[in-house]
Amino acid sequence: MQKVGIIGVGQSTFVRGYEGSIRELAFEGFQEAMKDAQLKPKDINASLICSAPEYDKQRTPAGLLAEYLGLNPQPTFYIESVCSSSSMGLRVAYSMIQAGLHDIVAVIGFQKMSEISSAESQERMGRGADIMWESPFGTMMPAYYAMHARAHMNTYGTTEEDLALIRVKAASYGQINEKAVYRKEVTLEKALGSDPVATPLKVFDCCANADGSSCIIVASEKMAKKLSPKPVWILGLGAASAAINMPGRETFTGLTCARDAAKQAYDMAGLTPQDIDVAEAHDCFTIAEMMAYEDLGFAERGKGKELIRNKETYIGGKIPVNVDGGLLSKGHPIGATGGSQIRTITLQLRGEAGAMQVEGAKVGLVHNIGGVGIYGNVSIFGRD
Amino acid sequence: MGFERFGTVSFVSQAKVSEFIDFLDKGKVMGTQCKSCGTKFFPPRNDCAQCLGSDIEWFEITGKGKLLTFSKLIYAPAGFEGDLPYRICVVAYEDGVKVFGRISPSVPDDDVAIGMELVAVPVKLSGEKIAYEFQRP
Repeated sequence: MQKVGIIGVGQSTFVRGYEGSIRELAFEGFQEAMKDAQLKPKDINASLICSAPEYDKQRTPAGLLAEYLGLNPQPTFYIESVCSSSSMGLRVAYSMIQAGLHDIVAVIGFQKMSEISSAESQERMGRGADIMWESPFGTMMPAYYAMHARAHMNTYGTTEEDLALIRVKAASYGQINEKAVYRKEVTLEKALGSDPVATPLKVFDCCANADGSSCIIVASEKMAKKLSPKPVWILGLGAASAAINMPGRETFTGLTCARDAAKQAYDMAGLTPQDIDVAEAHDCFTIAEMMAYEDLGFAERGKGKELIRNKETYIGGKIPVNVDGGLLSKGHPIGATGGSQIRTITLQLRGEAGAMQVEGAKVGLVHNIGGVGIYGNVSIFGRD
Repeated sequence: MGFERFGTVSFVSQAKVSEFIDFLDKGKVMGTQCKSCGTKFFPPRNDCAQCLGSDIEWFEITGKGKLLTFSKLIYAPAGFEGDLPYRICVVAYEDGVKVFGRISPSVPDDDVAIGMELVAVPVKLSGEKIAYEFQRP
């Protein structure tokens, strides 16, 4: 089987209130990726538009964006798995290229969350769960993840301070990422002293809503070798799902969709957790990164707290995680997030991550979760 | 119709398992069970994904369950502000059934602990709305 590579990456700066329309926002990530790949829109054989619905009024955004980005008359369609939409886009692009349908596919993620208020946004995100049996109780994403945090603490002795340490790490890298929405330092005292949102999670345990876009240009082996001086290869792809409702879950101390997706990705790549040099984990909440340490096999179950206490997930540690600030500092524009994570790993493997560079990184991993563990995507990348 | 009465804000009006609401009116919290393979469901389902049948019967969620996990909300999504603060939770029963809901305001914060015993009880809300909550046995 041929290899499939990434030949261009881009993202907009993630911001709190983008002063433009979704087409202009999507253009920013696309423009950067196309310059990176040194391509023109006519070179793109198909585009996959990835976002979560209901944050803006546009129906069928693929049609809108394909026109604005100069991607007519090529095929275009919409891919949705809420927060992991653009990782799912990568999976579909890989499949289309492996099937021989196309040589070059653009995966475009976007979200303009600021079109609606924060409470409205929480209500929509809460409806990314079982609207018949759970939403009527007043659910929201922080509360669902908070139930996982409570279970993790009760089972393994993880503390609120352990979670706060994850935020401190995120902020230390967010400060040096010019694309991040939150670029200030967060001390342990500040994180622990922040207001509760849904116990035991506090304001600084939660990522910020943001507006942003991302774009990944995916190519067949032949085209990647021809067009790119430093292609980054897709070594392993895993995707899984779990019950949308909480009673359907086997555990609250981890996400089975992440474990299942990770196993698939490691098996496909022929690699183990010890082979990963740098990782992007879906830290929509601090507890999500803690569970990712364990679900991805970077730590044994219940031992994730040792990784952060010993700074093993910082640059220089055993397994650097989210050294671009993660969702916690970059912000989390739903549909754009996976593409942003893939961009970070691509830059790391090309040795172009600047102050965030993990020296000599050869293999990188992206863990991207949709909803509260409904959709799990784990992707592994390598360089020549 | 009928299901629009469920919870503080309901997002669904029609469901084949709307009888769940009639049972709440009668003071019962019910789940469904597949008549052919015996699988028990909560939340209630009209259809069985195990044997692909649609022949179901109702059973009552009775007795004490154990608190698996919970969270107290300080902020609420739009439409739920008036209920704050409230605690959502998952409770597990001996037969393997798990139920999502809220812990009753009658249980003080300090008494809430994972593993504690709780019972599911229907509660009338303002207007014609109805739900259930978990109380001390």
